[in-house]
This record gives sequence, structure tokens and C-alpha cells, in this order.
Amino acid sequence: MIKPLVGVVALSTLVTSALAADPLEVRIGYLRRAAVRQTLSLVEQPAENDGVAGARLAVEDNNTTGKFLNQHFTLQEVHLKQGEDASKAAVTLADRNTAFIIVDLPADALLKAAEAIRDRGAVLFNAAATDDRLREEDCRANVIHVAPSRSMLADALAQYLVWKQWKRWLMVVGSHVEDKLYAEALRRAAARFGAKIVQERVFEDTGGARRTDSGVTLIQRQMPVFTQQAPAYDILIVADESEVFAPYLPFRTWDPRPVAGSAGLEPKSWDAAHDQWGAVQIQNRFLKLNSRHMTALDMQAWTAARMIGEAASRANSGDGKAVFDFMTGPDFSVAAFKGQALTLRSWNLQLRQPILLADGRMVVSVSPQEGFLHQLSELDTLGVDQPESKCKLR
Amino acid sequence: MWLRCVVFGIVLWLAAPLPARAFIAYVSNEKANTVSVIDTDRWSVVKTIKVGQRPRGIEFTRDGKFVLVAVGDDDTIQMIDTATQEVADTLPSGPDPELFIQDQAGKILYVANENDNTVTLIDLERRARIGDVQVGVEPEGMAISPDGKILINTSETTNMAHFIDTETRQIVANVLVDARPRFAEFKRDGSELWVSSEIGGTVALIDPAKHAVTKKISFEIPGLRKEAIQPVGISITSDGTTAFVALGPANRVAVVDARNHQVAKYLLVGQRVWHMAFTPDEKYLLVTNGVSNDVSVIDVAAVKVIKTIQVGELPWGITIAKQ
Repeated sequence: MIKPLVGVVALSTLVTSALAADPLEVRIGYLRRAAVRQTLSLVEQPAENDGVAGARLAVEDNNTTGKFLNQHFTLQEVHLKQGEDASKAAVTLADRNTAFIIVDLPADALLKAAEAIRDRGAVLFNAAATDDRLREEDCRANVIHVAPSRSMLADALAQYLVWKQWKRWLMVVGSHVEDKLYAEALRRAAARFGAKIVQERVFEDTGGARRTDSGVTLIQRQMPVFTQQAPAYDILIVADESEVFAPYLPFRTWDPRPVAGSAGLEPKSWDAAHDQWGAVQIQNRFLKLNSRHMTALDMQAWTAARMIGEAASRANSGDGKAVFDFMTGPDFSVAAFKGQALTLRSWNLQLRQPILLADGRMVVSVSPQEGFLHQLSELDTLGVDQPESKCKLR
Repeated sequence: MWLRCVVFGIVLWLAAPLPARAFIAYVSNEKANTVSVIDTDRWSVVKTIKVGQRPRGIEFTRDGKFVLVAVGDDDTIQMIDTATQEVADTLPSGPDPELFIQDQAGKILYVANENDNTVTLIDLERRARIGDVQVGVEPEGMAISPDGKILINTSETTNMAHFIDTETRQIVANVLVDARPRFAEFKRDGSELWVSSEIGGTVALIDPAKHAVTKKISFEIPGLRKEAIQPVGISITSDGTTAFVALGPANRVAVVDARNHQVAKYLLVGQRVWHMAFTPDEKYLLVTNGVSNDVSVIDVAAVKVIKTIQVGELPWGITIAKQ
């Protein structure tokens, strides 16, 4: 009887003394662009804290775990002002001992920031930019991509449409650079999975206000005319990341056809309606903390901060290099309510992930679709795969 | 005359006492919001009980008078009276209860509240909440050491097994396991704690005295990709020789030699196998198949699936006792 008692006493002292020591601090930076995206739909207008709210929740989650491991996570938030240099802000964060910086930046600003912190041992987590070139010719050894790439999103959509036998696409592309990049990813996906683009049309952005008092009448005349006289097609695919016209298309096409891409059925990393694989739990936690629904950007930021927490707990360290090495090593994975472990592609540091297809109200399907096989991971049927990758990490 | 004979025969057959080994299984159907009652002599559903929203964790009380079922979306645990087979009362479980466990005496119920990062303690006699313990993010799996001194809770996003002293209600140790630990089970002699990690794809064996992982069991099934192997429910025979592990979307139950921890066999069951329970004589093991809406019956000695029973939509948990 005495012996086990002694054991318990010894153990409890051990636990107490461990807890008494100062916790290990892990600093996570969050760098946000100045501009807020404008949407056509009022209900989709991003909240002021879009993205960073997800990182805040993950830091809370990390700290719940951290209190058992004597680790403490903090979030250093930097909201850039219009015209302010992102790389300067990144350097300031890195110099203040912040080894992990989650960034919500456009591609060029992200590349400049990555260059600026190269010698400071800090790592960027790309939570927002979907540009394929960041994972390809412009890939960097100190940038981890949590956001899916355009080609991953396009492939996810194409797999479902091909499974559905909606293989004849009428494609409408916006006139901005990002729209053209998305269209390129969709063309590639069509060719990969056996869909046919029967015709392409360009919708010129002629400027003008997004919201007008008499808008609907005009749109109702404009959209059917714009989509008439098309060759036979199954579904209209729209690439309009700038959100100039895509949301106007559903229910207004000349022929009665569904819409997908930038409106209608949209491929995305997260949706407020996603409830499978325990997702209700994080949706509830997020709602409780922020009094609003969780967006894809929130989830991408949450995942980035959770990856840092997960690697720090596994590596039992807050050291930038130790955590980064573990994260890019073979034993790392993170659970993010997608039904399977998410891991990093070693050749370009892109997070492998299932992609949701959502219609704004429900999650219609989750890709990769059954039957699209791969010798290593079915998640690698989404996006540019290793043999075709142009990335040389440096 | 002929007809009368038949009628008389049926009456006799109905009146005949059920064989002594009659057991009864209660299966929670997550989507249907019902509990299916299975007679293990007939291997068929004899009753379907309407319960609250999203029933998952399900367990007989120690005295056999009630079946407790966690109805997560109603934020409560319902008590099904086993005599009337109807919901008789509810327990104040805290938000979104999923799995729970009773102490040996059947006096205290420990409930994992997924939404709240807490384990709630309920006095079963008074049916009142008597305390809670703060644990990691998304608590789920629950187990109690055979000596009743240690309560185990696993937290799905924190990825730990928390060791809680049942007397002081304090956490005494935290053991890191692979991603999304969902279920915990002690060997009857208390020598090992088994914890399944759904996303990690492994079962961790923990030395309960040293609070350390001594081994991880992984599973390999030819032709199945690694991501489809997601261990969930675990049952270990009381003699500690054989363990069964449900592998989720791999549609299989792994049979593990619990002495040397080698996987001996994979049994093909229904789709997305979740949880399991032995008949009290341990002759049979019943497992719930979430996607195919049925329960597979495994003959434990023969290590074979002998029967499939259709139940309600998305069966999840199961508990079995004597009738």
C-alpha cells in the first residue's frame, strides 16, 4: 500500500514542478493585406476579421493543448495599411522572434516578404493566395501553402462534373488577370479528366457600381442575351475571381443549365455548411467565438496555426527550425475535419487536402471523387503532381 | 381442426420460454434518431425506440434497469427504461455529449462534452450534475481503469489521453497519441490502455503506470489506401488474449493477438464500422456499420462474421446485456 502511494506523490510533484516552470512561448504572426474584397452578394461580404478569426481560434485550441505540455501560443496580428510594405512588416515580426508568420497577401507581396525574411529563419504560411506559380516556378523553401491552388480547386470541380457526366462545358471568363488564371486551371482540369469546353466567352469588366437601386432589371436582360446562341452544353463554367458578374449567372442563362466555378457550385477548402467528420464541433466553436459563420479563409488560417501547434507538440519544441523540420518531415500530419489526415507535399510544401463543392447552402460533394486513383495518395489527383512539377525549392 | 392445430401450435411457440442465453442489444442510429433493439437469439430487431436528436454513445446502467443514450444535438443523455423500452428521463449532461462511462458501482457517470472541452460528472442516483474536469479540445473517448482509480479521456484535436484521478478529479498525466483519438479501452487486468487514433490510423498501447506509449499498432490491408484505415471502436476479451478494432471506412474489423500485439486477421464487415460490444458470454461480438445501416455479428471463437442485421439509419453505438 505504501509503495503506490509514494509513486503517486512522486508523480504529482513531478507534474506540479513541470507546470510551475515558465511555459515555452511560441509566437505566431498574422500579416493581413489592407484591402477588403468586395462581393456582389451582400451576404458574402467578408467580415472585418475574415481569416484572422480562424487563426485566433486555432491559437485558443493550441493553448488548451499547450497547457498540458507547458507550451503557450500567442498571435501577433499586423493589419497593413493601404500602400504599406508587407516585407517590412514581415521582417519586423521575424526580428521579434516570430518564427511562423501566417500571411493573407497577394502573390507578389508574398514573394517579396519571403525573400526579405530568408536569412532570418522565419517561415511564411500562405493562407490566401491560390496562384499556382507560388507552388511551381516561384516556389520557395520558406513558404508553406495552406490555401489550395487554383489547379487543385479546378481539378476537384472537374472530377465531380465528369463523374456526373456533365462533360460539355460552356466557359465564361472575366477580363481580369486572376480570372484568366482560374480559366487556365479549369482548361487544364477539363483536359485531364475528359471534359470538353465547347466554347469560351469573355465578359468584359466595364466598371461601374456593384450595387444599384435598379440593377436587377438590367441584369435580367443582360445575362440571357450574353449566354444565348451557345453550342450544346451541359453546364456553364464561370471563372470570375474578381466577382464582376459570376453570381448574376445562375437562373439567368439563355438555356436552362446549371452554373459552376465562381458561382453556383463552387470548389473551396471550407464552407459554413460543412458538417461531416466532426466539423460541427469546429463550426460551433467558431460561431461561439465570433458570432458569425466560418469562411474558407478562416479555415485556412485555422489550419495554418493548428499545423504550427501540432508540430510544436509533436516535436516538443517551440524552436523555429525544430518545428519546421518536423512539419516538413515524414511523420507530420494534421487533422482538419476533412475525413483524413492532411500532409505536406514534400516537393513544393503544399498542404494536401480534400476540396468541398458547395452551392452556398449545402456541401454537394467532396473531391477527390471515388475512382480517380493515384499510386501514392488520392489527394494528389488534385493539382499539379510531382512528376509534372516545375518547383525547385530554394 | 387443421387451422386450430396451427393456431394452438403458434400459441405454444409464443409461450415457450426463451433460451437462457437470451441477450438484448441496443443500437443507436445517429441519423434516424432511433434506437434499435436486437434479440440475440433471433438475431433480429424486435423494437425501434424513438429518441432525441443524433443518438451516439449508448450504455446499459450497471443494474440493467436503464439504457443511457447520448443525444448530442439535444445536449442531453436520455434514459431508456429497459422494462418499458421507452425514454423515461434525461440527465443533465452538458453540451453535445458523445461518449460516457460509469464507475464500477454505477453511481457516477462521466460524460465527454465535445463542444465544451470538459468532462461532466453526473450522480446517477440523484440524476444531477456534480462537477466537471477541464480537458483538451473535443473530448471523446472515455474509459475507467479496472481498479476504478483512473478515468481516461481522449481529446480529438489535442490528441491526448488525459489521466484523471477519480478521487481528486485532477488530471495527473497527459499522453500524446496520434491524430484524433476516439476511443479508449483498458485490458481487464489493468496492464494496458489501448487508444485508437482515427486520423493517425494507429492504436497506441499505453502503460497505465508509466503513462507512456509502449507500442503503436498499425494496420495494412492490401489494395486499400492508408487514409481509409481509421481505427475507432475497440473491444478486448476479458482474458486479455484477443482484441478487436473497428477500422471505419476500411470496412473491416482487425483481430489482434492482445498478448504479442500482432494483427492476426481482418474481418470484412459492413461499410464504415464504428463501435462494438460483446454478448455477456463473449461468444459473439456485434459491430455497427454506419454507412450500410446494419450490424455485423462476429463469432468470437470461430473468428468469422456469421450474420448481418439491418437496423436504422447510420448506426453508431451499441450496448448488450442479459434480457
